[in-house]
This record gives sequence, structure tokens and C-alpha cells, in this order.
Amino acid sequence: MYHLAVGKFGHLFVIIAFVSALVATYGYVKSELSASLGGERSYWKKTARTFFFIHAGAVLGVVFCLYWIILNHYFEYNYAWSNSSRSMPTGYVISSFWQNSEGSFLLWIFWNMLLGLTLIVTTKSWEGPVMAVFAMVQAFLMSMILGVIIPGIDLKIGSTPFLLLREAMPDLAVWKMQPDFVPADGNGLNPLLQNYWMVIHPPTLFLGFAATLIPFSFAIAGLWLKRTNDWIRPALPWTLFAALVLGLGILMGGYWAYETLNFGGYWNWDPVENTSFVPWVLLIAAIHTMIISGKNATALKSSYILAITAFLLVLYSTFMTKSGILGDASVHSFTDLGLSGQLLIYMFTFIIVAIGLLVYRWKSLPSDEEEVSTYSREFWIFIGATVLCLSSFQILATTSIPVYNKIGEVFGMAWNLALPTDQIAHYNKFQLWFYIVVALLTGVGQYFWWKRVGKGKFEALYLPLVITFIISSIWIYLGQLKELSYILLLTAAIFAVVTNGSILVGIIRGNYRLSGGAITHIGVALMLIGILFSSGYSKVISLNNSGLMISRSESFTANDNKENRENVMLWFNKPERMGNYQLTWKDIRIEARGIREYIPVSWVEMIEKDFRAVALRDITVDEKTYYSKGDTLKIYPDNFYYEIEYRDPAGKLFTLFPRIQVNPAMGGANGVVFSPGIRREPDRDMYTYIQMSMDPTAEPQWSATELHTVAMRDTFFLNDYVAVLDNVVRTDDVDGVPLKDGDAAVKAIIRIMDRGQEYVMNPAFIIRDNTIGRKAETNKALGLRIQFNEIDPKTGLFTFGVNATQRDYIVMKAIEKPLINILWIGTFVLMIGFVVSAVRRYRDFVKKRDREERDEIRVKIGNRSPISEPLG
Amino acid sequence: MKKIHILGLVVIAIAVGIIISTAGDASTYVTFGEAETMAAKGNNSSIHVVGQLTKNEEGEITNMIYRPEVDPNHFEFSLVDNAGVEKKVVYPAPKPQDFDKSEQVVVIGKMEDGYFFAEKILLKCPSKYENDKLEIKEYSSKPAA
Repeated sequence: MYHLAVGKFGHLFVIIAFVSALVATYGYVKSELSASLGGERSYWKKTARTFFFIHAGAVLGVVFCLYWIILNHYFEYNYAWSNSSRSMPTGYVISSFWQNSEGSFLLWIFWNMLLGLTLIVTTKSWEGPVMAVFAMVQAFLMSMILGVIIPGIDLKIGSTPFLLLREAMPDLAVWKMQPDFVPADGNGLNPLLQNYWMVIHPPTLFLGFAATLIPFSFAIAGLWLKRTNDWIRPALPWTLFAALVLGLGILMGGYWAYETLNFGGYWNWDPVENTSFVPWVLLIAAIHTMIISGKNATALKSSYILAITAFLLVLYSTFMTKSGILGDASVHSFTDLGLSGQLLIYMFTFIIVAIGLLVYRWKSLPSDEEEVSTYSREFWIFIGATVLCLSSFQILATTSIPVYNKIGEVFGMAWNLALPTDQIAHYNKFQLWFYIVVALLTGVGQYFWWKRVGKGKFEALYLPLVITFIISSIWIYLGQLKELSYILLLTAAIFAVVTNGSILVGIIRGNYRLSGGAITHIGVALMLIGILFSSGYSKVISLNNSGLMISRSESFTANDNKENRENVMLWFNKPERMGNYQLTWKDIRIEARGIREYIPVSWVEMIEKDFRAVALRDITVDEKTYYSKGDTLKIYPDNFYYEIEYRDPAGKLFTLFPRIQVNPAMGGANGVVFSPGIRREPDRDMYTYIQMSMDPTAEPQWSATELHTVAMRDTFFLNDYVAVLDNVVRTDDVDGVPLKDGDAAVKAIIRIMDRGQEYVMNPAFIIRDNTIGRKAETNKALGLRIQFNEIDPKTGLFTFGVNATQRDYIVMKAIEKPLINILWIGTFVLMIGFVVSAVRRYRDFVKKRDREERDEIRVKIGNRSPISEPLG
Repeated sequence: MKKIHILGLVVIAIAVGIIISTAGDASTYVTFGEAETMAAKGNNSSIHVVGQLTKNEEGEITNMIYRPEVDPNHFEFSLVDNAGVEKKVVYPAPKPQDFDKSEQVVVIGKMEDGYFFAEKILLKCPSKYENDKLEIKEYSSKPAA
């Protein structure tokens, strides 16, 4: 059954939202241009506002329709089919909404719309120009999902999320036979993204992106209305808000990568990460120049530039990630929706308008009468902002390499430039030094800000310096740090904690509301310490010392021989040493829905291409029986958890579950993702992940049967193992075969010696009503299957059929990451600081705004009754 | 000269330094032939080589060696670059899981004596979502930060 109506409504809402955004833009622009004519102005403003409300309603309609399609599993729609499936739990169904480009644009539009409504209510006199910019951005974003083809010139504008499957893939043969075919199930969400962080990370990140529009709009409004200084006050709290949310979004992404990907880290300097990080750093720089812009005209000009650039870089980031220009430069896969041209127009419109306006107004911006003093707080904060800008310039210069190639192509040149081969080393090389300076400046800057130091009086800094050197020397000595740059970074970060800590103590005694700056700086310093140790001093502990290394290629050993022996191989159920630990790969487990612990995969029979499995035995975890034998249970069919038991030197046991994710329902191609198992301790994480494994879903490939005929107590060789037939005994209990009266059963006791370990296998031989039954036994650890074939009473010889298979193995890596918790603590502190600052600056803005309003009223009523003003 | 001008000059100097250094660090896409010439000249910088895997009629990859039981950190295969030159590639890490399904491979590293020593491998595999789209995966012998 086709549900065409909901898609048609959705598309209609898209068009309404687009058109209403255009009208709102026109109305807001008109309301400002006709500012002199009092009546006209309020008429246009009212009209524009009405249309923005219509726009908001239509956007909600679009979101509702798309959710309706996804939640009801209307797989006749391409979006639902591509991104969701029936097996997905609700949380992930929600996140399939922003899985594709269209949905992520819609998410962005949704946030912009909410922020726009908030600004209409709160900004008062700024509404006209600010909302003009907002509505214009909304119109551009709506055009990305418009999905309209202009007849005649065959120009496609936007890509609609309401495309039917038959429109998206018109070439499939099925449409000829069955035009109203609806797939029974969808493709599902990329299992990699089926993670709770992926439910909250994209919305947070996009809210951050959306919020960068606010400082941009205010900067434009400031230029437009020639209220060159005034825009800072309303813009500042929102800039802090944007920095808070965008930072949170980026950090969530980093944490997700740490938990889910096998990069081995939280930050990979991937182009996608970089292009969201750079606008964030510029927002931070903007906050700093905005704070001092009242006293310093250079800082005011810089605030314009930074607020504008941060938003333009968000557009650049969007262009990079959605146009497909990154190609082979990024591990993220991007699909080119054919929107490159549209994205370029969007980007260049705002670049030209914003920069054009800035240049046009530049002369009218104030200039500093006299030189800024080296001993003023303005000077030091300005230096800090400059360093942040240089840091982001470096990141951007390298990340844009694929763009240079494209530009070269346009001019007919093939530059064949590629990103640096060791990107991490490349970026760290620069950023390390930038952040040493940043850390130092946070402390110095705060001391100047709170006037603890000034021209000719630096005594206040002596004590923190002494404390810093004491802590730092002890740390360097105990930690045996040798790398100079690391020592400097550590010392700078400790200095930042000490100085900002001291400031914080001072402020809290007075007015805690002003403590935001000190708190954020402490957070940054803690993060730097955490990053320094967790990555600079991470240590591979999975060194391969099995002694099995054979230097087959002599030249190979010449290179970083030692460094490259960093993975260990584990055979199934065979203890192996790794560093101080003894490791045993015990089992493969799966995740059943509703059961807290992972259950062994051998407990169930998984139904192919389904998310259910049949219990092969009672499923009892922690003495609670969840399912009985034969029940059907819901599982997460893609995920396999490898149970690795660790025994530390003290004999303490713990288990880690590194994960392998395969996706048989999707044809298998490319469907393997490795996720780490992490042992968290207060001072360090042990981070382990599988590098290579056999397919956990594949049936073993058995070799041809080999027959062994042996007598009691004979020794024989089974696939390189020494085996002894110890005995053949009568048994009443054969696993999996219920015995009846009159049945006779015997089992063989075969002892098999592996290096340092002994296994016993018991194949059984059953006689029932003169027919023979054989119950083979399989040992996964040995990769053997033995079947009890014959008993010859005359000779006393027994015949066994033996098959061998590849023994199951995994190749694993384990890394120790010291002090990573300081990084996470630092991020929390940073976020708290942003909240404190944002609240403070918002209160300032509200006070000022309300005072202005009162003034206005007073002017209108002829200043008859002076109102006493609470100053603050 | 005002302080702001001095500051401006310093900023420009650092920015130029960054650009020069980035240009120095940037790698290039080359063929095995060019890679050998570079190595012969003593140019030790890392490079990108794009190529196809060698396959037999059944579409199975040939000349591929990975024996984890001997050495889990050694993987070898053959790659034919865009100029049609075939070379052995050595990757000092476990074989990437998706390797068998990949079509085009980018190896990043340098030419050694007769073979290419890869620090990183980028795989292009048929995407599971869209049949005509390719997906790129990166593998490195060293972990990230």
C-alpha cells in the first residue's frame, strides 16, 4: 500500500517553508529600509514576523511528515528504506532522521527556526536586521531540500527527503512487474551509528552550527544599522551559547569515536572533525575580542571579522562535507547529491554580502586614539585571540588541500596534492606549541584582567610561578618525562590551573557569577594535561613476544621493527601472555535485548537476515531465566562481543568485550567494524580492539574426513596434535540425544595434547533398535570434529572419523592511555564555565535592554516620573 | 612603528611559516616508477600510490600473504599502479578486514628496495547502501591520538 498523501503534504510544507522564508526575508529587509517611515516599518515588520511564523509551522510540518514516514515504516519512501528498518529500537529510529544529507539539513533548519523564534521574542530593537539574515539563511537551507525541477532547463534545485523508492531508483526491474512494490523491510541505520552518542551528538552539533548564525547576524545588523558597538552586548551571550553547544557536540563526537571506532583515539584530525573544530576556535577568539571591544577599537573590528568568519567557516565546512570534494581524503563517506553548485552559491552569497558590507562600513568603524599599553588586559587578551586564530589557520590550511586540487583543476592544472601522510603528527607538531602559548596566556591574561598585575607590579605572579615549578618538577621527575615540548606543555597547563584556580578562589568569595572565565580556563588546562598524557604517553602493551616472529624479509626488520610488532594473536581458549597480563579468549557473545549481560552466541540459533534468534537452551543470567529453550528472542544481530579474560599479575581476573560488527543483512560487503573493549581505571584506560578475526557468522569449513582406527590406549596424531584413546565407557547421558530404555550408548574418552594444555573429547556411539547413531563432538579450540564411526568386537579396534578446520583466532591490539579521565573531567569543567559565562552575559544584556526600554517609555511620556534604576 | 604593526608582522611571518611548512608536509599522488626515482634520489618523504589489486579470473586476489600464526603484523600483497607497474606492498600490521572486498587501494608510505612499505592503506569498497557508490576506509599501522 502506498501512502502518498504524507509525502505530498511533506513536500508541500517544504515549498511553503521555502517561500515563507523568502517573504520573511523581504519583509524584514523592507522594514529596516523603510525605517524612517514609522508606520510602514511596523507594517513590514509585522508581515515579516507573520511569515516567519508560517515558516516555523511549515518546518514543523516537514519534520512531522518525515518522522511519520520513518516511524510507520513506509518503505515505499526512499528515506525510510535507506535509513531505517523494523528491527531498530525507537532511539535509533529517531536518529535515522538525520542519517542522510536531507535530514541533516532539516535538523539544521529546525534549530535555526527555534533560535529565530527565540530571537524574535528577546531581541526587541534588533529584530529587523537579525531576522532578515536568519530568514535568508533559512531560505537557502530550504532550497537544499526543495526537490524541484525547473522545467525547460532541467535544473534540479535541492534534494527532497520525500522521494519514493521508485523515483530514487527507477532502473530496478521490479517496477516493471510490480509498480506498487513496497519492500518488506528497510536497509536499516548504519550499525556503526546505532549508539546512544549518535542519538544526541548530531542534534547537539547542528544546534551549535545553527547558533553560530546568531553572532554573525548581530555583526551584520551592527554594520547595517551603524550601531557599531551596541551589537556586542546581545551577541555575546549567544556567542557563548554557540561555543558551549558546538564544543559539546564536537566532544561528544570525539567520545563516540573513542568508544566505537578502532582509530584508537578520540581525535583523528579528520577533515570533518577539523572543519567543525575551526569555527569553534574562532568563536572562542570572538568571545575574547568581544569582551574587550568596549575599550579597544581594534578588538571591536576583530570581533566583526571573527563573528563573520566563524559562520562563513561553518558554511565552508558544510560545503566540504556535503559536496564530495573530500573524496579520498576522509574516512567519512559522503554522497554527492548534486548540490555542490547550490552550496557554492549559498557560501559565496554570504561571503560577498558579509565581506562587502564590512569593507563598505570599515571606514566608519572607530579607531583607537592611542596605542594599547603592553600592560593592559586588552593587550594580553588580544594576543590570546591572535594565537587562537593562527592555530585555526594552520588547521584550515592543511585541511583545505583537496580544495586546492579542485581549484587547480579548474585552471587546468593537476597538482596531485595529498594530505600529509602522518596527519596526526603534522597537526600536533604545530598545535602543541600554539596551546603551550594559549595555556600561559590564560593565566597571564586573567591576572591582568582582574588587575592583580599591571605596569611595574608583577609580584602577584611570583607565588603561582613558584607553585607551578614545584608541581611540575615533581611530576616530571616522577613521571620521567623527557620530551621537551611535552614538559613545556605540562608546565604551561599546570600554570594555567594554578593561576586560574587562584583567581577562581578570589572571585567565588565575591560574586560567583563572574567565575566563568576562570572555570573555562581551568577546564582547558585539564583537557590539555589529559590529552598530553593519554596520547603522548599512550603505550602499546600488546607487544608480540610469542617468539614466533620470523623475519622473512630481511629489509623489513631493518625498519621500525620493534614498533610494528604491536599486535598479539590469540587462539580460541588458549591462554597467551601480553605484557603483565595473561589473556584467554573465552567465547563469542551477543547482546540480547532486555538482558543486561552479553550471552554466549552458542546459546542461540540466529535466524538469518532477521533480528531474532531461537534459544537453544534456557537463557539464564544471574539466576534469572529470561527465555526457555525454543523461545524466540530479540537480539542485535550485527554485534559480536569477544570475551577476553585478563589475569593481572596479582591474579585478579577481569573481562573485556571488544566488539566486531558485521552486517549479513546487507549483503556482507564492507560490513565489518571493530569497536574497542575498554578497561577503565581512575588513572588510566586500557583500550583494546580486535584488528583481524575470522567471520563470526560463517560456518566452519571442514576438511575431508580422515579415518583413524586405533586400539585402546593407542597414541595417534590428529592434525598435529598427539591424541590418546584412554577408554571407551558405557554412558547414560549423551548431550543432545535423549536416551530411551533399551538404547545402548558408549562414549570414547580421547585425550588430546596441545602445547601446554590438554583437552578431552567424548564422541558417542549409540545403538537403538539395531541401528547405529553417532554423535560427533566438536572442539572449537582445537578446530577438530571427531565422530565415533565403528567398533570392531573381533579385533578390539575403534574407528574414528576426524575433520579439521582452521582454529579460530583473533589478532588484537591493546593500548594503555594514562590520565584520560583528566581529559573528560576537563571537558565537564569547560562546559560548566561556559554556562556560567553565558548566564552572566545574558543577564547583562537583559538589564541593558530593559533599561533602554524604560528610557524609551520615559522619553515618550515626557519624563514625568523618573524611575530609580537598579544599576548592576 | 606601532605595536599593532609589529604584531601584524609577527602574525604574517608565522602564517607564512605555516604555509611553507604545510606545503613541505603535503604528500603527492605518484606512480611506483616516480616513487622509485624519488627513493633513488634519497627523497624519503611519504607518498600516495593509487592502484588495483592483482586478481585471477575468479576475481580472487592473488599474491596475498597473511599468516597470523607466523606473524600477525606482516601483510603482503601486489598492487598495479595506474601506469600498469606491479609491485609488492608490505604493510606491517594485520590485514585489514575488508581487504578482500576492495577494488581500488591507496597505499601511503615509501618505496624500499624492490617493494613498497605502506604505513597506511585506504580501501575503496562497494558501499553497502548504494550499489554505485564507493566507500572509503582508512587503515593505519599506528593508532591515533
